[in-house]
Amino acid sequence: MEFLAESRWLLLSGTIVSLRVFALSFCLAAIFALLLGVLRQSRTTAIRWAVTCWVEFFRGISTVVLLFWLYFALPFLGVSLSAEVSAVVGLGLVHGAYGSEVVRGAMQAVSRDQWEAAIALGYTRHQTLLGIILPQAFVAMLPPIGNSLVLLLKGTSIASIITVPELTFQSTLVVTRTLAVVPIFTCVLLIYYFVAVAAVHLVRAVEVRAGRWRPQVMSSN
Amino acid sequence: MFELSFALSILPKLLSAALTTLFVTFASFLLSLLLGVPLALLRRTRFVFISTITTVIVDFIRCTPLLVQLFFFYFALPGFGIRISAIGTGLLAFSLHYGCYMSEVYRAGLDAVPRGQWDACTALCLSRAQSYFSVILPQAVASVIPAAGVYLIHMFKETPLLASISVVEIMFVSSEIGANTFRYLEPITLCGLLFLLMSIFAAALIRVVEKIYGKRWRRVWS
Repeated sequence: MEFLAESRWLLLSGTIVSLRVFALSFCLAAIFALLLGVLRQSRTTAIRWAVTCWVEFFRGISTVVLLFWLYFALPFLGVSLSAEVSAVVGLGLVHGAYGSEVVRGAMQAVSRDQWEAAIALGYTRHQTLLGIILPQAFVAMLPPIGNSLVLLLKGTSIASIITVPELTFQSTLVVTRTLAVVPIFTCVLLIYYFVAVAAVHLVRAVEVRAGRWRPQVMSSN
Repeated sequence: MFELSFALSILPKLLSAALTTLFVTFASFLLSLLLGVPLALLRRTRFVFISTITTVIVDFIRCTPLLVQLFFFYFALPGFGIRISAIGTGLLAFSLHYGCYMSEVYRAGLDAVPRGQWDACTALCLSRAQSYFSVILPQAVASVIPAAGVYLIHMFKETPLLASISVVEIMFVSSEIGANTFRYLEPITLCGLLFLLMSIFAAALIRVVEKIYGKRWRRVWS
């Protein structure tokens, strides 16, 4: 365990940076996902087209290459981002595009009757969307969000390639210094695993709480 | 700014590196397709101990980053006296990681076959092997193909990770060009475009395969 004594602070600070990148890119991705998912249902064909192109572009691109591009190539176009900002933006863009599919699927899972009922009650389109459709869609989004969170967490390790001092980056530093390859990497894998499990359980808890009114709605149908 | 003549001059180098990328993608995809089978079967055995252990291992591998697993194998294996090339390490880590994903895909595919099919097999006195190979598996494959296709593309998009263990693929070559010429914009943009084109092409291809397979089965059913 002595390898941990001298390297634990590096690993700890790496974990904190990883969690920060994870949280920030999740917020960014959630915003993108909601926006794109809702806009994809727009009644204007041009908007639907543009959003589809955007989503297909970021789903088709490789996250590694995108982060590399944001950090190394973008400065040549006059925009310099710090390593961590590039990582957050890149991960947010890619996972936002993935997430928009989740949002779209969840919105389509809300029964059409809900739209019709809202029209019958004289709601405007915005009111229907924000007050009726999205709250119900939110519950349907949660199970796939658990999976996406794990993917995003694993994605944060890519930030190490553009020198963000997160867990993977610090662990390679520690390994080259202490040569304790197996224990350090096992430790790092375990940290990632526990964070992933914690994230999945958190989502499941939210799911239980958010879905608590669901049976009543089902029975009234 | 983006210079087209420079971009065109480095294109051949990138394209030849793309061959390595494609080789690693397809080789490790095949390996993971194979590895997924025993993992899926082990998870379905009636021995609780074995299926629990397999579940824990598969979940662990799926929940941890591929990059760290790559580093693990790259740095740890020589310590155990196993010396394999960087590409070999890449193949190992990729096929292990995605083999675990594939085992989940197979499991879902098998579960998607209605129970009635098993009952019908029993009623027709088919043996367990017969019902697996001539009734259950062909139907399971129909739902496996789209999911496997998704993972093939995921895998392809993660191959640039191999650059960090010095496998000479597109990403490695383009960052090398960038470092030598101090021009990162053209090589990395090209690299991104190549990946984008290939993954869109692959997605289209998978849709075609799906359609062909689906059509064949519908004909059998009718």
